[in-house]
Amino acid sequence: MNKYQGIMKIISKKELIKDVYEMVLEGQAASFITTPGQFINIKLNDSMQPYLRRPMSICDYDDNHIKIIFRIVGIGTKILADKKIGDTLDCLTGLGNGFRETNYKDVVVVGGGLGVPPMYALTKQLINKNINVHVVLGFNDQSSIFYQNEFETLAPTYIATMDGSVGTKGTVLDVIKQFDFVMDAYYACGPEKMLEALALNYPDNGYLSYEARMGCGFGACMGCSIKVKSQPYKRICKEGPVLLSSEVIING
Amino acid sequence: MANLRVSLPGLDMKNPVIPASGTFGFGYEFASFYDLNLLGSMMLKGTTLEPRYGNPLPRIAEGPSGLLNAIGLQNPGVDVVMNEELEKLRPLYNDKVIANIGGSGIDDYVETAKRLSTHDKVGALELNISCPNVHCGGIQFGTNPDMAAEVTSAVKAVSQKPVYVKLSPNVTDIVEMALAVEKAGADGISMINTLVGMRFDIRTGKPIIANKTGGYSGPAIFPVALRMVYQVSQAVSIPVIGMGGIASGQDAIEMMIAGASAVAVGCQNLIDPYACVKIIAEMNEILDQQGI
Repeated sequence: MNKYQGIMKIISKKELIKDVYEMVLEGQAASFITTPGQFINIKLNDSMQPYLRRPMSICDYDDNHIKIIFRIVGIGTKILADKKIGDTLDCLTGLGNGFRETNYKDVVVVGGGLGVPPMYALTKQLINKNINVHVVLGFNDQSSIFYQNEFETLAPTYIATMDGSVGTKGTVLDVIKQFDFVMDAYYACGPEKMLEALALNYPDNGYLSYEARMGCGFGACMGCSIKVKSQPYKRICKEGPVLLSSEVIING
Repeated sequence: MANLRVSLPGLDMKNPVIPASGTFGFGYEFASFYDLNLLGSMMLKGTTLEPRYGNPLPRIAEGPSGLLNAIGLQNPGVDVVMNEELEKLRPLYNDKVIANIGGSGIDDYVETAKRLSTHDKVGALELNISCPNVHCGGIQFGTNPDMAAEVTSAVKAVSQKPVYVKLSPNVTDIVEMALAVEKAGADGISMINTLVGMRFDIRTGKPIIANKTGGYSGPAIFPVALRMVYQVSQAVSIPVIGMGGIASGQDAIEMMIAGASAVAVGCQNLIDPYACVKIIAEMNEILDQQGI
């Protein structure tokens, strides 16, 4: 079997909210995942169109399954959403550096929009290690909320919506300030503006998961290199996607 | 098993398949996928005298059967490449590699070539005079035959290893470019580099790539590459390493029919990290079927 690569079969597909799909893939390639926060890079079909793989965050996994959640934003995600149960996909898995092992006592997990999914497997892992977790999820409005119940069964979960239709009106940062959680560290994935706001307000002990347009997803093309405070540059696909809040350059 | 062995200036290769520069890092990244010793040789990431960060993000866009990129020659500089990158590769790869050199002036090219050509792992140099993504660098040498000849002969004068010149397809007459570098002393030609292209975001009306333009590669450009390799290999007597959109063993053989002595695989390494080893296996299979 090729390392990091395998054919995975779609065994379930569900539309969570409009245009946002949850899909479970089955196959041995899942066994290459070592930490929450790593990602999967999916070839959508056998043809040359679309040409590039599509990198996706991993919502949950075990040795033989990967759960992904994605929104239809273009041709590629439309093709993926139109796949049927039983269809197979050529996948590279276990890519990148996920959320690192820690010995913290109290942490806050933050997800914004389509940055919410990878925080699910992480939260499960943190709970299993008896770490106190508060979850903060940010969405635009009530209609864009997904996975609230799933997180609530794991840990105390707080919602922020931009229009105030559910939970705190405003951003995840407003929730964190409002409730003043005990926070040895925080983990976050979401829009770049959200990650930057977190890093500005809490420069220490933050683990931020980034996204980028990628060529390959495994460190070969340098398509996603960003400047950080130290040398050398970091590839979001290889040294990332999780970077430290203390190393990222805001507005870099 | 067909005999795939190829001998070219500076390179004695067990097969004609070479990962192309810029799609294979400094090689060692791919050792987590497969045994690098399966490869004929490899073309290293473009190296400049000083370290370069390259262009801002986004650097990547997609097109029909292809990839548009504007990396901008990100690399750690020649000294780090020689002392660190090539040392990381040394235990993983037994054969000689092709070091790719970029620059923004003749002095840069000459100094980088002088140093890299002394390295024992380097079998040959590939002179990149065709990178479309660096302002004031590379491409002006690749579009003007006199300048191409000038940089070629300057590098040849200092290099301890054979020199291949990598040609740009973004010219009116690629044969004229090939003849100019051959006359200037090039030991071989590698071709083609990417075609300059653009994509726009229709919501913002702005280019997707921060550098605005990028280099287009992938299967979409394969017929263009075949045509140019065919024209150039008819006109010159030095070997041509053919590249541009090769994605299968069949493509590799077609490129050699067009006149290439060896082939480089670029973009496809990014889609499938196992592309090169699959292509070698497919070439063997096809040649066996044809009784060659």
